[in-house]
Amino acid sequence: MLSNKSIVRLSIAFGIIFWTLLLLTNLSILFDQKNNASLGIPQFLPHAFLILFILSVGVYYRYSIGKAESINFIDLLWRVFVTGLLTTIVSLSIKFFFYVFGGSMLTKNILLINFFYLVNLGLILAFLISTFIVWKRLILYQKSKKLLRTWQFFEYFLFLSLAFEFSGYKLFDVPFNTVILLLVGIGLILSVNLKWVAYLNFKQKWKSILFLLLVIIYLWYFFMSLVGYSNESVLITDLLNNVFVLAVFAFIFIYSVFSVLVILFNLPTSSVFESKLEEVINFQRLSQTIPTGQKEEQVFEILLDSAVSAVFADAAWLEVTDAKAGKQELLVRNLNPDLIDKIKEAAQNSTLKRILNSELERNPTSQKLTATLKKVPFKSILVYPIIVKNEQIGTLALLKEVDDSFNKEMIDIINTYVNQASISIENFRLLNEALENERYKEELKIASRVQKSLLPQTLDKNHDYNITAFSMAADEVGGDYYDTFRINDNKVALIIADVSGKGTSAAFHMSQMKGIFHSLAQLDLEPKEFMVQANSALSRCLEKTSFITASYFIIDTKSKIVRFTRAGHCPTLYLDGRTRETSFFKNKGLGLGILRNSSFEDYVQVNEFYYKPEDVFVLYTDGITEATNQNQEEFGYDRLRTSLLKHANLSPDKIKDGIIDDLYDFCGKRSLDDDYTMLIVKFTGHENVKSVESVKTKK
Amino acid sequence: MIEISTAEDKEYVCISVGGEVDASSSIQLDATIQNAVSDGFKKIMIDCSGLNYISSAGLGVFMSYIQELEIKEINMVIFGLQDKVFHVFQILGLDQLLKIVDDEKSAKGLLNVI
Repeated sequence: MLSNKSIVRLSIAFGIIFWTLLLLTNLSILFDQKNNASLGIPQFLPHAFLILFILSVGVYYRYSIGKAESINFIDLLWRVFVTGLLTTIVSLSIKFFFYVFGGSMLTKNILLINFFYLVNLGLILAFLISTFIVWKRLILYQKSKKLLRTWQFFEYFLFLSLAFEFSGYKLFDVPFNTVILLLVGIGLILSVNLKWVAYLNFKQKWKSILFLLLVIIYLWYFFMSLVGYSNESVLITDLLNNVFVLAVFAFIFIYSVFSVLVILFNLPTSSVFESKLEEVINFQRLSQTIPTGQKEEQVFEILLDSAVSAVFADAAWLEVTDAKAGKQELLVRNLNPDLIDKIKEAAQNSTLKRILNSELERNPTSQKLTATLKKVPFKSILVYPIIVKNEQIGTLALLKEVDDSFNKEMIDIINTYVNQASISIENFRLLNEALENERYKEELKIASRVQKSLLPQTLDKNHDYNITAFSMAADEVGGDYYDTFRINDNKVALIIADVSGKGTSAAFHMSQMKGIFHSLAQLDLEPKEFMVQANSALSRCLEKTSFITASYFIIDTKSKIVRFTRAGHCPTLYLDGRTRETSFFKNKGLGLGILRNSSFEDYVQVNEFYYKPEDVFVLYTDGITEATNQNQEEFGYDRLRTSLLKHANLSPDKIKDGIIDDLYDFCGKRSLDDDYTMLIVKFTGHENVKSVESVKTKK
Repeated sequence: MIEISTAEDKEYVCISVGGEVDASSSIQLDATIQNAVSDGFKKIMIDCSGLNYISSAGLGVFMSYIQELEIKEINMVIFGLQDKVFHVFQILGLDQLLKIVDDEKSAKGLLNVI
């Protein structure tokens, strides 16, 4: 396919060629007639070239004006005006030429007259067709399907009427006139489409009237000059005998007259239309402030300006209260801020006051009202609260120097503006909140990652025992802690701890517990001393209602003795590998941080036992035993014991998995309400096992 | 859900705690005890017969008053604990620090009120 540009260029070339051919054939026929010679030029040739010329010009304008991107009505009319002006100047200079050489033989030369006539003809046709295309765009502005069909019919009809050229009928012949009347009839019907006029502003309307009047003058002048030529000379191609040309003349003229009249009658209402348009634009600005702007203040600025221009207020102010920041902001237009208090008072005391709140929103704290004022430079006021999420964040007040000057339409438009501004601000705040929440989530993710790194990746084990752990927090971060510390080749310290509560505060205390464990464990303290020191340290840093339960073990692989204390922590579950007997180590103890003085040591009890192969002990936090099922039954100690017995022959990892599976089966849900942690210590086969003494108590 | 009610007598105040005391509801329990203490009562009874569950945060509330009560010479007795709940007190070691008795009668006896 050819591009637009090449079509335009081709049509210019063809236009020039066809016009030249038209000229040549015309002149040769004339020459024939004059000299009675016969060059054998067929009579129909000039007609054919005229049609081809018209078509070329039509194509040219169709593609240069018809498809132009911007629809600026004044630009379109300007083009028509310029084309008309050019044509007129050329036509006038030809007239001038004839005037100057009026008496000479030159002007009597029929060939020369015909040449000038054809120059005129070309330009007039160009003007007519370009104007026709412009009118087409104006008529089809905001087109409907029906209108488009009528227009297409009109165009095809015009196109076909070109062929009438060959019929030989002349002006005032019946068929000729019938066709013209039909075409003009359709043109009349189409000419009532003047929607574009509404979109002109006041100034543009005046300009349009000027251009259109000039077009009418051009048309009159061109028509008259065509008539002049037709009457005075012998013409081979007489435009007045062309149906198409006459119909276009008539159509352009009719539409111009209609347009001028409609624009004239629209002049007085154009200001109303303009202000409506401005309202719409302001409304758009208000709703678009969030994506484009970043600040609430911009919304308020736009609201104030839009409101002022919408109701033609003489002055206005906008108060914004930021409750969070505890500050108040004031935007004013054409107003001395000192006057505001006076005006407020006047509005309060006004006897002509009207509350605008609807019945549904009776809220005396945020009244919408209009009032008539006294003793201040303004006679009427419109007050509108700006409410976001049921909370008044500001007040808009509009003032006028004339009394009772806020009508219903104005109040409605202000209502719309204020609502839109509220929505914008609410959206803006929601967006900010969403961003903030997103940030918190990220922070929590980091906290969760950091806290996971506080739990040991590997636990100290040796040939005597194996150990495995499982831990899960209910929230992103939790308060459960376990760790091991190798004191020397034989001794390893092992701890499990549970901070009261859960979530962030528990997580902080848990990290403190880790610090305490690592500082104290390396001192190789006795279990009792460890607890006393830990209690003393925690007493100074725990919240008033927080405490930590812990169990502390020292596994001595040389003497095969485990020494341990329990500070309020869940009793350790112990399985005797040989007898398959289980017991919970319920020695005396008190949670860390409960007694924050030296009397704590009275509540610490140290136990010890010899271990032997296949012995297992299970450390856990209360999240495990207190996990409930749908019937609110707790998993409890007995189920834990049964579960351990079931899996006791397996490796620690398998025991852990088994118990966790049993727990999940019992609860029937994979997400529990509490943090839960479990450590399995299993002693491995070792020769020379001493007989186990029953738990020996040492005060 | 937690249910708390307070009954005041001339000499003592009786706080009834029922339902479940978890991290969020423990704040209510704390406020109630705080009120009783600041009202100047020297004898406080806490009826836990309706208490089904207490979390570590709830225990933290009782724990946090131990030293304050000692200093202000306030007598606080807890009674009516269900076995399951008493066990939780016991594991933590709070039974050694708080006065916990079986029923109201023993509680009144301990507080020396009729």
